Amino acid sequence: MPKRTDIHKILIIGSGPIIISQACEFDYSGAQAVKALKEEGYEVVLINSNPATIMTDPGLADRTYIEPITPECVIKVIERERPDALLPTLGGQTALNTAIKVAETGILDKYKVEMLAADIAVIKKAEGREEFRDAMNAIGLNVPRSFIVHTLEDAMIAGDDIGFPVIVRPSFTLGGTGGGVAYNRQELRTMCTAGLDLSMNTEVMLERSLLGWKEYELEVMRDKNDNVVIICSIENMDAMGVHTGDSITVAPQQTLSDVEYQDMRDAAIAIIREIGVETGGSNVQFAVNPEDGEMMIIEMNPRVSRSSALASKATGFPIAKIAAKLAVGYTLDEIKNDITRETYASFEPTIDYCVVKIPRWTFEKFPETEDVLSTAMKSVGETMAIGRTFKEAFQKGMRSLETGRAGFGFDGKEAMDDLHQDDLEMGLTKPNSKRVCYLFEAMRRGMSIERMYELSKIDPWYLVNLQQIVDMGTRIQEAGFAGFAADKDFLFEVKQYGFSDVQLAQLTGTSPDDISKLRKDHSIQPVYKLVDTCAAEFESYTPYYYSCYDQENESHPSDKKKIIILGGGPNRIGQGIEFDYCCVHASFALAEIGVESIMVNSNPETVSTDYDTSDRLYFEPLTHEDVLAIIEREQPDGVIVQFGGQTPLNLAGSLNQAGVPIIGTPPDAIDRAEDRKRFQQFLQKLGLRQPENGTVHTLEEALKTTDRIGYPVVMRPSYVLGGRDMRIVYNEQGIRDFMALPTIAGDEHPVLVDKFLKDAIEVDVDAVCDGTMTVLGGIMEHIEEAGIHSGDSACVLPPHTLSPAMIEEISQATRAMAQELGVIGLMNVQYAVKGEDLYILEVNPRASRTVPFVSKATGVPLAKIATKVMMGVSLQELDFTKEVSINHWAVKEAVFPFDRFENVDTLLGPEMKSTGEVMGIDDNLGMALAKAQLAAGQVMPASGTVFISVRHNDKDNVVPVAASLAKQGFSLLATAGTADKLAEHGVSCERVNKISQGRPHILDKLKDGQVQWIINTSSGTRTTEDSYLIRRAALDYHIPYTTTITGAASMALAITALSQQQLAVKTVQEFSSAID
Amino acid sequence: MKAKIALEDGTILTGRSFTGAGEAVGEIVFNTSMSGYQEVLTDPSYTGQLVTMTYPLIGNYGINDEDMESAAIHPRAFLMREYQAVPSNFRSTSTLADFLKKFAVLGIEGIDTRMLTRIIRNQGAMKAVISTEDLDDDSLIARARQWPGLVGRDMVARVTTQNYYGWTENRPLPGAGFPDQANKKFKVVAFDFGIKYNQLRILSDKGCSVQVVPATTSSEEVLALNPDGIFLSNGPGDPAGVDGVVENIRSLLGKKPIFGICLGHQILGLAYGGSTYKLKFGHRGGNQPVKDIATGKIEITSQNHGFCVDPDSLPDTVETTHINLNDNSLEGMRHTEFPAFSVQYHPEHAPGPHDAMYLFDRFIDLMSTHS
Repeated sequence: MPKRTDIHKILIIGSGPIIISQACEFDYSGAQAVKALKEEGYEVVLINSNPATIMTDPGLADRTYIEPITPECVIKVIERERPDALLPTLGGQTALNTAIKVAETGILDKYKVEMLAADIAVIKKAEGREEFRDAMNAIGLNVPRSFIVHTLEDAMIAGDDIGFPVIVRPSFTLGGTGGGVAYNRQELRTMCTAGLDLSMNTEVMLERSLLGWKEYELEVMRDKNDNVVIICSIENMDAMGVHTGDSITVAPQQTLSDVEYQDMRDAAIAIIREIGVETGGSNVQFAVNPEDGEMMIIEMNPRVSRSSALASKATGFPIAKIAAKLAVGYTLDEIKNDITRETYASFEPTIDYCVVKIPRWTFEKFPETEDVLSTAMKSVGETMAIGRTFKEAFQKGMRSLETGRAGFGFDGKEAMDDLHQDDLEMGLTKPNSKRVCYLFEAMRRGMSIERMYELSKIDPWYLVNLQQIVDMGTRIQEAGFAGFAADKDFLFEVKQYGFSDVQLAQLTGTSPDDISKLRKDHSIQPVYKLVDTCAAEFESYTPYYYSCYDQENESHPSDKKKIIILGGGPNRIGQGIEFDYCCVHASFALAEIGVESIMVNSNPETVSTDYDTSDRLYFEPLTHEDVLAIIEREQPDGVIVQFGGQTPLNLAGSLNQAGVPIIGTPPDAIDRAEDRKRFQQFLQKLGLRQPENGTVHTLEEALKTTDRIGYPVVMRPSYVLGGRDMRIVYNEQGIRDFMALPTIAGDEHPVLVDKFLKDAIEVDVDAVCDGTMTVLGGIMEHIEEAGIHSGDSACVLPPHTLSPAMIEEISQATRAMAQELGVIGLMNVQYAVKGEDLYILEVNPRASRTVPFVSKATGVPLAKIATKVMMGVSLQELDFTKEVSINHWAVKEAVFPFDRFENVDTLLGPEMKSTGEVMGIDDNLGMALAKAQLAAGQVMPASGTVFISVRHNDKDNVVPVAASLAKQGFSLLATAGTADKLAEHGVSCERVNKISQGRPHILDKLKDGQVQWIINTSSGTRTTEDSYLIRRAALDYHIPYTTTITGAASMALAITALSQQQLAVKTVQEFSSAID
Repeated sequence: MKAKIALEDGTILTGRSFTGAGEAVGEIVFNTSMSGYQEVLTDPSYTGQLVTMTYPLIGNYGINDEDMESAAIHPRAFLMREYQAVPSNFRSTSTLADFLKKFAVLGIEGIDTRMLTRIIRNQGAMKAVISTEDLDDDSLIARARQWPGLVGRDMVARVTTQNYYGWTENRPLPGAGFPDQANKKFKVVAFDFGIKYNQLRILSDKGCSVQVVPATTSSEEVLALNPDGIFLSNGPGDPAGVDGVVENIRSLLGKKPIFGICLGHQILGLAYGGSTYKLKFGHRGGNQPVKDIATGKIEITSQNHGFCVDPDSLPDTVETTHINLNDNSLEGMRHTEFPAFSVQYHPEHAPGPHDAMYLFDRFIDLMSTHS
């Protein structure tokens, strides 16, 4: 059946900001779908608040709304666009939930908008716990014994009925937020209280615990003719009890016989039919009892998901693209398989390699929270590795994680020699982010497979394979370097086990270069195999490669001009989708100038690892050895390292030394900006100012330096990025505490001390320079004051308070620095403006996190321009010679994962904590601020009570904010100190007890729903326990809160705007066309 | 133990034997199923072949007592990228290595199976030798070329049962006669050209009392048993090489409902007056898409065949019912005058998807209409 001709215009809902459990996989899926639908001639309308996505590029959808993904905004888009259809299955849970709410308003019926792929009944049947359970029972499948409860009393009764431990799952929440395992009545009570609150429909399911059962997922697709295929099976290495997003997973499944696997396949097919997903992809999760093979259905997602993105990358089968085509009426046998070109999408991919996905956690960012994995997802990213064996893929995955590891152990890192056996066993028993390290240690100590299984419930098949790696390590140690020199076959076998040169050097007491040279002498080099969906049964045309040690190489480089782009690896806080966006743009830009693009990356969620993005794709770890091997094979004309964030930059030095041509800004210029001494000289030469600073090694030196420059100061270790361990210190005690931190005291690297510019305005600038000319992409004024990590602060483009003279000074300084450094490509500068003075905080001659935001705000594709500049095209030739001035306001706001981590404070500081960002864009500044807040999930009160409690330093500054709120009709509530200050200035407010002053105190008010907004600032430590409890309560009770005065002022502005005018939506294409 | 594989085109691959010393000669083919190695090994259709699994890790879930498709292993050697010596599955009773050793079949790992697959894809299924004893390239290549190959040879004679047997309680019951008739609605005679047990299990589950007969059993003998239907099983090798069977089957046409699978389907094709040809490298795996022309529905099928019925050679009285969506080859046909239909693929799966099970119901319906 051909595509439908009765629909013409289709609305797609994106997934919004990157948060834990919803990352770039939905940009990958969404971008694929938009392209596929446009290819078919449909007019595509898109709404997504995330500016760092490829899908929101102005050239992709016909009409792109970077607006909050709320029912209100979606309705406005529908009213304005009058689409024929709405496709809700590509934007994760956010899109599904929003679509349900929109449908419930009746607007779809009113405007005759058809829901494609899955209608509201289907979504409810799959997502509603009770409906799903009944549906499964109807087709004879088992689900764990469970009860749906809506009250705490019922929960307690149900818990007793099921028996402990009990799994708690709130309905309609993301990534299982609020869920967990309750081992006793007390825990059940706590979890259900929170869960009922988090659930969209105050519903929690309690179910039988299947802890220790094996967990599987199948990716299923169905077309309108009821043809169903399984794209991929995935087996979790971690047993049930760990969220699948936090599990190490393997494709295809490894430990089921065909009989068991086919039963699971039958079940998946029956489920997609019973739930009624008309077309597209779904994901079904299973649990299997390892003792007797009993199978239970855990859940089903009637949409593309993180797992479907993984399955697409693991098999080469583009699920989202095919899902989009099925949604408009095609059948599987009508859609060609891109990879083989001969065969159709109506088949099941078969693979001839092993895929391992390993999550990337950032517990180090949230030291207050316990490193424990459970049913609520905690990881912020993931890496995927492909190998011919599990061992090879696993080791490649470990070194793709960007945690400094070179494989599964044997790299001299995270040694656990001194670990007590009890702690080791606990590390195996209680799932945590370091469990792999505990496993390695247990194996090294000779713990039996049986014992490890007993403790970890990780299937013995995985344990045996990992043990084989450890045993091989021991063999290597015994044989030594001489062993390799004498036995070439042994070295080959070792490489087949996935060992990196770094590990082999560590094991043989040599250097990675020694190993690499020996390999070359023995002609032992990796070969590259194709990911082709069919295990080589058919010829394939898509150059998607992975490395392995085998006989035949299938990668045949072209003799065209070509450039390798190094990607950013797994997402983590500080390095996310923004850098992938830049890499993808580099690829697009190269295509525009007829240069072959070759992408190297290891992140399965991304657009950069779509085989459609670049001319050639290597799905490989971003380590020196792996990257150099590709470079040696491809012989590129140049390598781009400045777009993928810190990961490729870290490789720049060693690649440069190996003679690799790195294009763009020369490595020496990067060094000049990064080396503190050289940077100082550089600024002096240009007559630019930086905050007073010093470099210290000891406490004494630190105290002496602060005596010189004065408090407060910013202290940070010199060797880390992303603001790790960075602190603002106000007094001598603070210096002593900082210098005593275990990570600082025990390290030989110096500590950097900078004068902290209190109440300064921070400014971010992105610019592009071709060596002779520099053009600023945008100047962003931060809303939060200097001292809060730039990735965590909101910002406004163009600057809303800076004077024209200051803007000119910033432009001049930026040009001078770019020219002096010899930047070729992108440069980002962070400034602080204090009064009339401009300070340089940091210069980064590379793509920054804000590049996509600036590009979306101004309509200028900065990363593309920079790529062409790096290829030798001048800005003149590109006709980008002057700054763009815009007639609207764009506001970037950060999105935080605080609600995922228990006991974490929500205060912002110099260490970055946000996972994603949104953009608010409007002709009115207040409205742009409001949109940014709405998009970030902030509920803005129109009236009610504002509770104000600020630290001493902020008391003066909070007065005008309070006064303006009072004028707008808000009631104010404050604790004694703040209330006194307000009274002094004639602002009246109600007083409330601090917690220590006895009840009823502020927490009671918060819990009773008497407060609609909290403005709370604190000096940055948890010493003021009251203030911490208030912020945590705000999070738990979903009360809007602001932790800076500047943030509060902008929120007040936003609330005013919302009270004065209707929120109106507008496409980025319209905003761009208004720019002169 | 080091092992070498030589192909008739002169390719040499090196691997290791995990079953000890040995040698094997045969036709080298690949199978793309990611699970189901025990069923593959015990499928008699692989007689005379050296089977390479494209999925690299084999042995993961061991060997169990239930997933047998016949009483023995039929390929002469089993090749993979990495053997998994320690299985993990609650049903596992032995390792793959022990199972292969029990039947003296070579198990080879450590070879670049993807390279081998690509060679077979490009050059076609080839004659090959594997040895742990003779490691001389020239000698091995010469021996591969000397082997006569499968074309025109009767491999069925090697695997068909010598005696009648029945199927009951999930296992063969030696001797003539339809077993367990009281509980079964239909009597089916099954020609054993190399039958897979799952065909018998399913027929039995669907209410058939099954009498399995040797491939060369005459039509008179079959009709004397007065069955409700006749089943033609799968089997190894070239259908054109099977002696004396085609004529026999032809004389059964129109007498009783007939259902053929794989070699049984090819023999029916020959019996209709059609011809068969050898596919370049065959269809072996569990992901082959087949379209049912009548309904337009697609089924994902389990396949294992190197030969194929030429649809152009068939008389007008035979209509195509199923085609392969990958290469448009004939996958199913139906006689318009006689109650006979057949498929090239394996609706009994084992290993593979269950999508085509409805064909057994179709056979049951056909017997109902004709009884």
